[in-house]
This record gives sequence, structure tokens and C-alpha cells, in this order.
Amino acid sequence: MNRLPSIFMILAAASLSLLFFFPMWKIYLDAPQYPEGLEMHIWINKIGGDSEFTLQNFNILNHYIGMAPIDANSFKELEIMPLFAFGFIGTALLLALFPKRGLIMTWLVLLALAGIAGISDFYLWLVKFGTDLDPSAPIKVPGMTYIPPLIGSKQLLNFHAFSFPSIGGAGIGLAMLFGALAFWKTYAKKIKKEEI
Amino acid sequence: MTSCNVKSKGSPDGTDDAARKVYVAPGEHDEFYAFLSGGFNGQVSVYGMPSGRHLKMIPVFSQHAENGYGYSEESKALLNTTYGNIPWDDLHHPKLSRTDGMADGRFLFVNGNNTPRIARIDLTTFETVETLEIPNSAGNHCSPYPTNNTEYVVAGTRFSVPISDEGGIEDIELEKLNEYYRGSISFIKVDDKSGEMDLEFQILVPGFDYDIANGGKGPSEDWIFFTAYNSEQATTLKEVNASLHDKDFVAAINWKKAAEYVKQGKYREIPAEYFHNKMDKKTHVASSEVKKKVKVISPEECPDIMYLIPTPKSPHGVDVDPSGEFICVSGKLASMVPVHSFSNMLKAIENKDHVDVFESIPILKYESVLAAEVKDIGLGPLHTEFDGKGNAYSSMFVSSEIVKWRLKDFEILDRIPVYYSVGHLMIPGGDTHKPDGKYLVAMNKITKDRYLPTGPELCHSAQLIDISGDKMKMLLDFPTIGEPHYAQAIKADIVAPKSKKIYRLDENEHPHATLKEADTRVERDGNIVRVYMTAIRSHLAPDNIEGIHLGDTVYFHVTNLEQDWDVPHGFAVKGARNAEILIMPGETKTLEWIPTKTGVTPFYCTDFCSALHQEMQGYARVSPEGANVPIKYWLGDPKK
Repeated sequence: MNRLPSIFMILAAASLSLLFFFPMWKIYLDAPQYPEGLEMHIWINKIGGDSEFTLQNFNILNHYIGMAPIDANSFKELEIMPLFAFGFIGTALLLALFPKRGLIMTWLVLLALAGIAGISDFYLWLVKFGTDLDPSAPIKVPGMTYIPPLIGSKQLLNFHAFSFPSIGGAGIGLAMLFGALAFWKTYAKKIKKEEI
Repeated sequence: MTSCNVKSKGSPDGTDDAARKVYVAPGEHDEFYAFLSGGFNGQVSVYGMPSGRHLKMIPVFSQHAENGYGYSEESKALLNTTYGNIPWDDLHHPKLSRTDGMADGRFLFVNGNNTPRIARIDLTTFETVETLEIPNSAGNHCSPYPTNNTEYVVAGTRFSVPISDEGGIEDIELEKLNEYYRGSISFIKVDDKSGEMDLEFQILVPGFDYDIANGGKGPSEDWIFFTAYNSEQATTLKEVNASLHDKDFVAAINWKKAAEYVKQGKYREIPAEYFHNKMDKKTHVASSEVKKKVKVISPEECPDIMYLIPTPKSPHGVDVDPSGEFICVSGKLASMVPVHSFSNMLKAIENKDHVDVFESIPILKYESVLAAEVKDIGLGPLHTEFDGKGNAYSSMFVSSEIVKWRLKDFEILDRIPVYYSVGHLMIPGGDTHKPDGKYLVAMNKITKDRYLPTGPELCHSAQLIDISGDKMKMLLDFPTIGEPHYAQAIKADIVAPKSKKIYRLDENEHPHATLKEADTRVERDGNIVRVYMTAIRSHLAPDNIEGIHLGDTVYFHVTNLEQDWDVPHGFAVKGARNAEILIMPGETKTLEWIPTKTGVTPFYCTDFCSALHQEMQGYARVSPEGANVPIKYWLGDPKK
């Protein structure tokens, strides 16, 4: 009996569970007076940083340009996304028990859609924070907005911002890869059966 | 002419080589921290070594208007003594705490010479956290000496005084002084974990002058050696009258035995008033406790704790070599350095090889204890340190030189001039059993033509000498702040990783802390007005205050809400007969202001904290006494 699809689905579930141990995304800020850098970590269920005070320090710096303070409690997403992750982990484990080809495909498509939705939502937040600035901000540079890059780097006044997915985010990619492998293996099995 | 002049000033040969050795490129860190005492400025200066860069001034016994130490309500108590709040002292000897005989980088102990005190500096914050007044002492010079595991910090008197059994110092005729006076050696117990000090007992000793203390190591670990001059017991014109004897003494004290006697209860408790001031770790507020008694023991009642070793002549420094066998004494009026042998001393004690007894204390025979005399070493020897490679280095005050000699055969190997009149010298770990024999720092009393003239008052200086090779090489001169008497140095990587970056706001238990801006307020209680203020980039909250009247005492309790490294805020009020305060991230500090004029008084942040630092300011309105102006305050909009 071919156990590979089940093993791949278990690996997919394990990859998704990385979301609860590592940030999905990291935004690094570098400035002359921050040689040690400032790192904001976006998790599936919280916003943090390389130190517990990172968010406060981000907000102190951001208030000069009129950016709204980032407050983890104001993001509904941080409550909803973990539920989705649990759902995908649970269904992946169920599919490991019953590796049905069509269901695996469905799981894969839904995960991809959820991932796209997550990234889109993240980007919309970046745009909102970067452009919806307090008109009474002390520092106003005409024409300047402060949308951090989704992926890659960008100069924002004295700060050089870098943004990249982190291990948690990579876990989603890995889960999709393992899901695809599982799908491929069930497909291979089916062809074999038809040949006999 | 120029080259001749340079040569006469003793510039290093091969200047490029010397420059390379002390060059620490921009952005790079020094290999060592050096802690130099400030002498008459009452502070400790922190330098990077080998660059000679000044990194910080740690205020200890003197008020420091720059950051409000001794002015802020939180720190005032650290300067409390039985004489009142004393804003100055003469700080002589820094000594690092030790574990297994090696500097461990936890604490720095320092002495206040004038109004006898010992202070402890915490090396995670580089701040003074404790001061302890020493009763029955005058001129707290031969201190502090930490034992090899910092079981005790030992402090001795320079001036002997008529110590009364009923407590305090007696009022007696000065002509009869030498009949009554005694010295005291204090044993301060240091808590293993917290580092907190507690005066456990004192040994009352003959009325000589006690000068310098250093302890044994290895075989001599249980012993501490003190130089004792004025064995003549002169009380006037000591310059002459205390220099009559050919030999004075080294006092050898077995501290372990003394502590055992105390444990066995062989002490008397006498009244003694002294202050113990501590900075609370959680509240960051110093408070004072007045102690009322001290345990004393005497060599008469506790035999075999103290011996006198005759030593020429008016000895100053006493230094024990890394092996613990050789006790090198610098007789400042002698032209040689006598080296006593610890094993000879034990034999002489065992064989009762006494030449005399002084007030029940055996005086051992000089020749029996002596290992050798280092002859023709120079003029005015003061101190000796060691490189851990079998060599000793002695400072010569009068002939202004450092002399290198060998412990194996007491031969002189090298000498190098210093500029001028060197006092102490220091090798990192040079007073421990494992010195780091790479650099030597000479601390000079006179600088004259070494720097650009600055009027009659000139700086003192330190000179960095390379001792890694056979020949000593002069590397660097750097001016110092105050008068560095002694110094300690430690590898930076022992201390730097533990250096604190911020104080945690969530651990701030200051009774007047304001942990968030929403809680800022102004409260009146009779004539006391308390402003609960916060500081964060870039505003003070509240920034406008009304309802202060002449006759009020205003306390600005300013909490720095930042939790980011290197973002202090400062606070100053126009006309405050006080200093400013510098508030570190997460800390609360209090400035007292007693308004003396009516009108509108500005206050502002004094530390350039951010791009909008100049906007970080506010006004206090001061109305006449009894005026009907209620308390009111703003931040942007009026607050209730």
C-alpha cells in the first residue's frame, strides 16, 4: 500500500504548525541611530518584535509622521487567522487518514486562496498605515507616503525598510508543496491501478 | 631643536608603532574597562583601554549637577552621614569584587577618605547603589580591600583618634592625644548575592597611621597586610616627627582568625552611630538607616590575629605578589624596596622570633621575615604591581619612573621615566593571583609641560605603558579627571555583556511613578504640590501647570516612559536652586523646586532626545501666596 500521500499530508500539517512557533513576516528597519536595527514580527496571532519593546519603539518613531499607532488588539485578523490555521491543520490530518485525491486538491486550492487573502489583507494594512496619516503630524514631507514594501526593501526618510516572509510564512508555502506532493502521489497511484 | 625637545619629553621611540597599539578604530571597542578614582573630585572615571577614551563619570561621594546625583530626591540619601548630608569626598581606591581571587566584574568598591565611607557601584548600571559610613575612623585611607571571594571588604584608618568605649570620638587635650588614640580596622561583610554591605566588626589597633592595605592570595589568603607609619606616635609636625624612626611597621592581620573570634563571641559591643544608605533596586529611591552599635575586638583579647613586621621607612604601598609569598613594601623615604617572605613570617611567628611587643602585639624580627631588599631601586617608592610572568613593577614618586624588577632574584631589569611624580600604578589584575601583563598605567600627580597650559590648575594624567616585551614602552598620555589615586581594569567582555540598556517600566515601583500618560496629574497637599509627569519623545505631560503659589514646594516626579536604549530625558526648571535631573528609560526621578518669584516659569527637557527635543517644554505659572488660582494642567487640551 502506498503511504506516501498520508506522510505528505502529515508533513503539510506539521509545516502549517510552524505558524504558531515562528513569525509569518518580518519587517526590518535600519537607520543611522539604530545600528542594532528594529525588527517587527508579524505572527499569525500577535504582533511583536526582536524585543518586547519593539512595537512601542516603532510607534514612537511613527508618530512623528502621523502614522496611527500599531495596536495588536485592533486587528480582528489576529483572532481569525489562527482558526483558519487550525482548520487547515485538522483537515490535513484527516486527509492523512483518508487520502482522497479530490479532497486533497480542494484542500490545496482553499489553502492557496487563504494565503492570497492573507497577503492581500496584509498589503491593504500596509497601505492604510502608510498613507492614512494624521494631518497634524509634526513631520510632513510633501508627496511622501510610508508604505513599507511587502517583499523587498525601500527607503522611508532616514529608515531603510526590508520586508520578508519568515519561517511561519514559509510554513504555508511548505504545506502547499507537501499537499501538491500528496496529490501527485495519489494521482500516480491511480494511474498504476488503471494500468493493471 | 624640536627633535631634541621631543626626546627630552620622552616621547616613545617609533611613534607609529605606539600609535598603532593604542588606536581603536571609530566604532570599535576597547579591550579593557579601566576605573580610575577621581581623588578630590569624589567620583570614578571609566576609561577604555588602550585608547584612553573617557567613557563615563560615575558620581559616588560628590554631587553631580550633570545628572542630578545627590540633588534628586532619590539620590540625596546616598550622601547622608552622621555629620549631615555631605556633598563631597576624597575618593582614593577603587577595588573590583572578586571570585576565586579574580576580579569578577560585579561590583566596584571605593573609599571616601575624608568622611569615612565605603561605596559600592553596580557594574550592570555603572551607578552607585550603596554607601556605608565607617564609625571610629578618621581618614579612611587603607581601604577598601576585598578578600579573595569578597567575603569582606576591609577598611582602615589613616588618622588614629581617641575612640571612646562609650561611643564616638573623645574630646581630649591634644597634648595628651597619643596616650588615648587608637586606629580601627573595619570588616564589612558583603552579601554573596546582592553585594549588600554590613559592618560586621572592627579590630581596635595601636594608634599609628595606617596607610595602604592589600591581601594575601594562595598560601597567604587568610591574611591582610597594612602599612603602618608614625610608629613614633607623633601628633604635631608629623613631617618631621613621624619620620624619626628608621623602621615603622607592616601590620599582618589574620582576618579568618579575627572573624572566628567574633563568631565565638569574643567581642564587645560599643555604641557607634553610622549611616547605611541603600538604593532600592525596585523603587530607585535611596534610603538611610542609622546603625547604633558596632562589635569590636582587640589584639589583646584575641591573640594571634595581629603581628608587626618592622619595615623601613614610613612605608606606603604594600603589595603581595601573585604567588602569595612575597610582600613588597614601599618605604617612601627609603631608596630600596624591602620584600618580606610570607613563609618566613609564619616561621618567625612559630618560633616566637620577636624583638619586642607593642601593646601585646608581637613585633617580629626584620631579618627573620625579610626575603630581600631590592637595592637602589629609585627614589620615593610608593607602589608595586605584578605582570604574572615573574616580574614586579614599582612606582618611584621622587625620581618619576617605573622600575621593573624580577621576583626570582630581586634584580632590576628596566626603568622608564614617567611625567611626572607617579603615585599609584596599575596592571589589569595586577593585584590578583593572575595578572594580565600587557599594559601598565602610571598615574601622575604633576603634568606641567605635558599638555597645553590651562592656567594655574593643570590636569593630572595617566600614562599607558606596554609591558608585553622585555623593555617597557611608553604608548600614550591621557589627562584624567580629578586626581586618580588608584585604578582597576578588567577585560571588557566580562562586564560589557551584562550592561543594562534600560530600566523596565513594568518593574518601576517608585512611589511617585507615572506609568502611562493617562495617569499624569498635579496634586496639592497643603504646601506641597506634586507633579506626576511623564516624558516621551517629544513632550512632557503635563506641559502647562497653573495653581502653584509662592510658599509651595513643588516636586516634579518625572517618569521616562521610553523603553529604548540611549533615550534619556532631562528636566530643568528656570530658577530652581538645584540641578537638573537626567532620567533613564523606565526610571522616575524627582526634582524639588521652591519657587522664589511669581510669574510664568519655563521648564524643558535638557537632553537632546529627538528631532523635536526643542519643543519638549512647558510653563508653570506661579501666583502670589494666597491667590485664588486653582490647580489646572494641560497637555494639548486642558485636563481635569
